[in-house]
Amino acid sequence: MSALTGSARRTGGRNILPWLAVPALLFFVGFAVVPLVGVFLLSFTTWDGIGDIDPSGLTSWRAVLTDPGLPHALWVTFLVMAVSWAVQTPASILLGTFLAGRQRYRAVLSVVYFIPLLLSSAAIAVAYKALLDPNFGLGAGLGVEWLSKDWLGRPWLAFGVVVFVVSWQFVPFHALIYQGGVQQIPHTLYEAAQLDGAGRVRQFFSITLPQLKYTVITSSTLMVIGSLTFFDLIFVLTEGGPGDATRVLALDMYKRGFQANLMGPASAIAVILVLIGLALALLLRRLGGRDAGESQLEGV
Amino acid sequence: MDIPLSRRTLLSFAASVPASAALAACGSSGPGNGGGDGATATYWHLSGQPQEGVRTGAVERFNEAGNKGRIDVTTFENDAYKTKIKTAIGAGQAPTIIWGWGGGGLRSFVEAGQVDDLTPWFDENPEVKDRLFPSSFGAATVDGRIYAMPFESVEPIVLFYNKRVFDDVGVEPPESWDDMMALVPEFNAEGIAPFALGGQSRWTNMMWLEFLFDRIGGPEVFQAVFDGEKNAWSHPAAIEALTLVQDLIKADGFVKGFSSITADSNADQALLYTDKAAMMLHGSWSYGIQQAEGGDFVSSGGLGFMNFPPVEGGKGDPGNSVGNPAQYLSISSKASAEQKKIAKDFFAKGVLTDKEVKEWIDTGAVPIRKGSEKLLAESESAEFLQFVYGIASNAKTFGQSWDQALSPTAAEVLLDNIARLFQLSVSPKQFTDNLNEVIGK
Repeated sequence: MSALTGSARRTGGRNILPWLAVPALLFFVGFAVVPLVGVFLLSFTTWDGIGDIDPSGLTSWRAVLTDPGLPHALWVTFLVMAVSWAVQTPASILLGTFLAGRQRYRAVLSVVYFIPLLLSSAAIAVAYKALLDPNFGLGAGLGVEWLSKDWLGRPWLAFGVVVFVVSWQFVPFHALIYQGGVQQIPHTLYEAAQLDGAGRVRQFFSITLPQLKYTVITSSTLMVIGSLTFFDLIFVLTEGGPGDATRVLALDMYKRGFQANLMGPASAIAVILVLIGLALALLLRRLGGRDAGESQLEGV
Repeated sequence: MDIPLSRRTLLSFAASVPASAALAACGSSGPGNGGGDGATATYWHLSGQPQEGVRTGAVERFNEAGNKGRIDVTTFENDAYKTKIKTAIGAGQAPTIIWGWGGGGLRSFVEAGQVDDLTPWFDENPEVKDRLFPSSFGAATVDGRIYAMPFESVEPIVLFYNKRVFDDVGVEPPESWDDMMALVPEFNAEGIAPFALGGQSRWTNMMWLEFLFDRIGGPEVFQAVFDGEKNAWSHPAAIEALTLVQDLIKADGFVKGFSSITADSNADQALLYTDKAAMMLHGSWSYGIQQAEGGDFVSSGGLGFMNFPPVEGGKGDPGNSVGNPAQYLSISSKASAEQKKIAKDFFAKGVLTDKEVKEWIDTGAVPIRKGSEKLLAESESAEFLQFVYGIASNAKTFGQSWDQALSPTAAEVLLDNIARLFQLSVSPKQFTDNLNEVIGK
């Protein structure tokens, strides 16, 4: 920030740049800070969402923290996060590298791959739900035995389906990020490697991957923080079921707040979600090293 | 100041408030005056044909009849509506006319002072009250005051069966629980699901428990829960009912994949009329849906129906039933005086008119207006309608659906545990322990 104001001064501006941040800041305060404070205060009350709000101290927090549903929801959230990261990252890197090529058919394919990102989560969930219906879905329609499983009715199958659909939806987005990342890598590096006799695989592991380090961190941050908010897709697809097999924290919060009319405990969960999101974002930043802004291209 | 950090912080903050922000943003169609002449009252109700057409038809006739003011309708899917209406009322964005099921949900609105007491209005307009089934007012009454106008139709839960499939397999409809269990392997051997079930909706599973509790222990078992008696769920009849239903699940009594089928998509009913399932426990409204969507299934006499059969050695009267005694209309206390006036005009002149009564009968429903026996007998669905009318008028006890009778908080715990019970992930004992904790809440 100080560097920016400095340069503004040098060009004769009178500290205009900080003011440019005001609209964004207002939005941030209005749509993030104010609701956050509201949720924090609500977590110390008892409220059914309809009547009066009664302050009740730590009752809601006690109810949430002693409920075995909380560790379970945390575990499911973490599992969705970890597994969908592990599925999406390699797939996106490979796809992104592939699409970074200059050939025309790759440009066509990248448009095709982009399509899932244009659909709303709810529409995707409804479509997959219909396709996976054990009695009227794809498997039953085509007479393919292995496709007509009880996909959303068995805990681990349902979990797998959630991860698959999430990946299907978001791999295109991350592939796009990686495509951009790969295209930023100077061609001279590859030429040098070729002269040294490195094959394609060697080039990928020795040049492409290391050069993508910060792209990986950016993409992972988006995936990890994003997975905390998976709600719409899971809500439509499984409603957290069967039982509570896919009930992630965001869904648990919704069910408590808007179905069971327990706004206090739901707010407590919302606060927990914020803290986890904050901690994860900071952790990922640490992993990126303190020198995240430093160039990878020194000496090139 | 570190800009990238604050941007990520923003992301995580945004993560925390999606539901509340999104839902608040949705509540845009609350009270408000539409342009044109006079005030506009708003009215939300359930979508889904054929019932939706009857509901909107009544409003259109009211709007066109030259009454002062008009009514604007917004429709929602069943499961989505249950959440939406609570949120809207809590946010002060309720429609003028609130469609509902009465019971525990209505009580929570009453306790928050969000709906008007209609008792004085009914006292002034006795002719409106006297033309409706008296039994329908129970779920509209909280602490002796009437907060909703019963209307539409009485909807008991009944056991539907597919006569074509029964003939093909060469078996007879069940007359007892043991008969039902004996039919399970017979149908499974033919590759037909014994019972269709839309298990993801959870209240569908609940209907099985409502009947088993009643048939085994009588209506007093659930009444004790409703009255808030300590450990009421641990009644021996409750444990037996829960065990029986898990026996049925273990014997593959329900259609493969029932946990991933939702009732709102009507896939459970499609299983029955496409001959993929032999029987289905469902609300009487399903008759109209099967009639509309099942081709000639209903008109060719393929659909059979009966009250839930008795359980051997059970105490409950086999004539008892559960379901929706009626549907209910309340008036938001936040609406303007003009809007309330329009709503009351609609209640008095626009609801259950002769035309609407006829239309309900055409959908295979029994309207709660007195004196429709003749119309029922003349209908092409006479056999079913008289059957439903018989249940409604002869049942010693007509219980309200549990999730509607209980408070939303207790209902959510109940539905959650029912889903687990049907997944076989909790035992009957764990189920009753979990539910005893929320008795009276």
